[in-house]
Amino acid sequence: MNLTLKIWRQKNNSDKGGFKDYKLGGVSKDMSFLEMLDVLNEELAAKGEDPVHFDHDCREGICGMCSLYINGKPHGPQQTTTCQLHMRSFNDGETITIEPWRAKAFPVLKDLVTDRSAFDRIIQAGGYVSVNTGGVPDANEIPIPKTIADMAMDAAQCIGCGACVAACKNASAMLFTSAKVSQLALLPQGQVERKTRAEKMVAQMDAEGFGACTNTGACEAECPKGISITNIARMNREYFSAVVSSQNV
Amino acid sequence: MILDSKIPEGPLAEKWTKHKFNVKLVNPANKRKYDVIVVGTGLAGASAAASLAELGYNVKAFCFQDSPRRAHSIAAQGGINAAKNYQNDGDSVYRLFYDTIKGGDYRARESNVYRLAEVSVKIIDQCVAQGVPFAREYGGLLANRSFGGAQVSRTFYARGQTGQQLLLGAYSALSRQVANGKVKLYPRTEMMDVVTIDGKAKGIITRNLITGAIESHAAHAVLLCTGGYGNVFFLSTNAMGSNVTAAWRAHKKGALMANPCFTQIHPTCIPVSGDHQSKLTLMSESLRNDGRVWVPATVATAEKLRKGQIKANDIKEEDRDYFLERKYPSFGNLVPRDVASRNAKYVCDEGRGVNETGEAVFLDFRDAIKRDGKDIISAKYGNLFDMYQQITGENPYEMPMMIYPAVHYTMGGLWVDYNLMTNVPGLYALGEANFSDHGANRLGASALMQGLADGYFVIPYTIGDYLAQNPAGKIGTDHPEFQKAEKEVKERIQKLLGIKGEKTIDHFHKRLGKIMWDYCGMARTEEGLKKAKAMIKELKSEFWSSVNVLGDNEELNQSLEKAHRVADFIELGELMVDDALNRNESCGGHFREEYQTPEGEALRDDENFAYVAAWKYLGEGQEEELVKEPLIFENVKLTQRSYK
Amino acid sequence: MSWVSKTLSSTLGKKLLMALTGLFLILFLVIHLIGNLQLLFPDNGESFNLYADSMANNPLIRIVSIGNFAFILLHVLYSIMLSRHNNISRPIDYAVNKASTNSSWSSRNMGILGTIILIFLLVHLKGFYYEIKFGEMPTVDYAGVTYKNVFAIVAAAYSNVLYVAFYVVAMGFLGFHLSHGFASAFQTLGLNHVKYSPLIQKVGFGFSIIVPALFALIPIVMYIQSL
Repeated sequence: MNLTLKIWRQKNNSDKGGFKDYKLGGVSKDMSFLEMLDVLNEELAAKGEDPVHFDHDCREGICGMCSLYINGKPHGPQQTTTCQLHMRSFNDGETITIEPWRAKAFPVLKDLVTDRSAFDRIIQAGGYVSVNTGGVPDANEIPIPKTIADMAMDAAQCIGCGACVAACKNASAMLFTSAKVSQLALLPQGQVERKTRAEKMVAQMDAEGFGACTNTGACEAECPKGISITNIARMNREYFSAVVSSQNV
Repeated sequence: MILDSKIPEGPLAEKWTKHKFNVKLVNPANKRKYDVIVVGTGLAGASAAASLAELGYNVKAFCFQDSPRRAHSIAAQGGINAAKNYQNDGDSVYRLFYDTIKGGDYRARESNVYRLAEVSVKIIDQCVAQGVPFAREYGGLLANRSFGGAQVSRTFYARGQTGQQLLLGAYSALSRQVANGKVKLYPRTEMMDVVTIDGKAKGIITRNLITGAIESHAAHAVLLCTGGYGNVFFLSTNAMGSNVTAAWRAHKKGALMANPCFTQIHPTCIPVSGDHQSKLTLMSESLRNDGRVWVPATVATAEKLRKGQIKANDIKEEDRDYFLERKYPSFGNLVPRDVASRNAKYVCDEGRGVNETGEAVFLDFRDAIKRDGKDIISAKYGNLFDMYQQITGENPYEMPMMIYPAVHYTMGGLWVDYNLMTNVPGLYALGEANFSDHGANRLGASALMQGLADGYFVIPYTIGDYLAQNPAGKIGTDHPEFQKAEKEVKERIQKLLGIKGEKTIDHFHKRLGKIMWDYCGMARTEEGLKKAKAMIKELKSEFWSSVNVLGDNEELNQSLEKAHRVADFIELGELMVDDALNRNESCGGHFREEYQTPEGEALRDDENFAYVAAWKYLGEGQEEELVKEPLIFENVKLTQRSYK
Repeated sequence: MSWVSKTLSSTLGKKLLMALTGLFLILFLVIHLIGNLQLLFPDNGESFNLYADSMANNPLIRIVSIGNFAFILLHVLYSIMLSRHNNISRPIDYAVNKASTNSSWSSRNMGILGTIILIFLLVHLKGFYYEIKFGEMPTVDYAGVTYKNVFAIVAAAYSNVLYVAFYVVAMGFLGFHLSHGFASAFQTLGLNHVKYSPLIQKVGFGFSIIVPALFALIPIVMYIQSL
């Protein structure tokens, strides 16, 4: 396959940045998208040009480190992570436009690399159960209905890649935040801090500069782990019931 | 040099309890006067950082990823072992201990392994309390599955994403301590060196991966939780960023590297498809619970298959060789990983491989689907099947999967004593970064167990013993050793940037990987290893004269990051070869072709090699010194492993 | 900040207000439609005029109507606030964006749809509400009582083809606005359930077609009658 790549290049956070075109030949259909970029980078390196920087790590679709807005969609045309996207999803001679995630809360660090630490801070605001190591009850002490455990697992699958923010027209982090709020709201272990958690995580989400939710459903449609927007509804419920009934004035 | 493993006296089952009583304690009010550095935020690092912060220590946690949640523990799929015996099928702490020692081919310390089995039960309790959504039965209790190398169901799992859920649990505990101000987090920061003062570890030098700033961090103790070094093979199931640099720098500062040649080759990976391949993808070993491994019975049939003249489903039952079931009737497809991998290699070497490259065997779910129905199989393995289809473009519900072994885990690592401290006082190694619990082969679902055991339930006790004997209070980075180490790091960076050769970094990494895979992979020979050693030496000098590292230090520079890592992998590769050459026996993942039984099984030499081979760095260009820690088995009888 | 103002200034709180006011306005549409359909009764506007009179003089309806204006105002104000916030959240837009593959056009253009509906509303209020309340009105007698002949000015307006076209097009936009807004309001309120959400979706879809269609039917029929 021969491709034309239109890639966003930006030296650092303060650089203005812009698109640059690259021609790439000899691409195999069996390559993953990132392997295709590896090939480009090897060519650039051999020519002494600075390789295209992009985030990636596990390349198994689970760490959530890879990103990229490919031809107008987060993680490209398939509902998967970029590392699991294969070149058989593209056609010979195609022009592929590659952009970084765009959100005020995800500033670009270099080329296609963005800073997603806002997600960490949302979790730090309350995405946990406050138990210290040791001194916990036996794991089978509280039975959890399988359906509830499964729903919690559905929400817990979020890999924190940020595709939901990237896809959302408002760069909203509702799907990410609600996935964690939901997981812990569903499980008995999460009940103790249920109200405070919803209040604090929503407040942090807003403080990071993410947009509001318009319920377009784009996040769900693009989420590589298929996290459902029912979680958003659940978080809304959790939040509204928390603000009217919690002890936090 | 004599290594003191500090194994407590007394009967096996009482060692840890006694030891916990005997170790010195740090008064609760004094804990806040101690600083601890944790490098790496995988299961071991995140759990250690969180637990130590909960106790009151001031923790600084470092990771090279953009978030602690991305550490490669996240990729573990299958599950985590624990001797809960919830299934009433005869499991016990002793049985988990025994299975692990046996699975490791009797090259692990009894005391460490027993402790691991002992604390395993608490890990599950802890994770459930954190909100980890483990799989459950309809009655609401926890579900278990069986795994390779065991005849009981003791593996807890969260769909095919157990590692992810456990890591997110540890990450949430860590995040809570970040919010509490007890942990300061340094993401996108790579450890470049350990700083020792008067022989004790007192801090680290780091590089900020965004700005390139070289910084010193001082602490009373340093914990390396930096994972394994499987990427020395270039192609492995490790993450692209997984590296040996932290451990290797510690090694060069005096920490011994133990059993570096013990690498695990995982049997159920997706086969290599071409030269472009950047990494290999593992599918959970749990697939072997229902999938049957086979190749055509004859080379002729296999050839037709490879040429595309026939399809797998065209091959009749009698023309199939279910080689694991045939050779190991009692364990069948659930033999330990090393045995499964090696047998796959044998049948492929015979010319019975099933894909174009001839390096693949079938893993077939036809019978399982017939027996249980597609829905049950899909519920168990749906995400793995999807992943397989995503990568290969083939539907495993209809066609058998193709698998081939790939480098997956490294049992070797920094030598540690019973307290998980390396021979450098104040420097600890946890999780895959150390060597201690898996001997020559790790059982499935035990890596997660070890990482969390070390972080949640071992280090919080043992670190106190060291800290209590060292004065508390602020320690700064103004000691000349910090300046010296910083200077060395900067010089190395300038050296790498200054070579400006003509070859790319990946060029060297790929070459190193091929040498390692060909000569120090699934099967090794003295001749091959000697050849490999010469090749690596040559590669090293070529690297330092003709690599091209682009860009500057003062920016986000992925070339520079990679260059550091590959430079260290090359040096490690040489040591692995030395270690493999030294170990004139076959055991677990280390298979020397000269040492095998007539049936082709690994032939151990307990008389001469029942020891940990720990290697001491003596200086640039010098052969490393071998230091032996004898392994003493008081509770298990050393036998030839048999899974027949 | 009190917890109330803190909540209402959060994105979720703002969305809550959008949803609640939106749902009230949906309810209002139903009431308004039932009233207006009386325009089509073949009694030369008698029932409609009587209805209009009762609405104008019922104190409860007057309070509700003030509330209605307040809710429209709130709905508009909060949508402006949210839109501004959302625009700031993505300072640089994508060069290539295939949003149509993951979301409906209406859901992404609620602001534009809302603005058009607001313009319609202003014209609508000026044409009828303002005229009825403050303008010179023709009168009509029923059983010896004099009433404002609202029907007459409606009929006059709907004999203008341009006016009718404007109404019909505006109802189209209302339909699109409702096609997302109806179900979206329930989602925002957290009312998403595996058993009921499909029903809400269907009702919302039906509502967004039937209600604007019936509204549009009135000027069309009256225009035809005027010929």
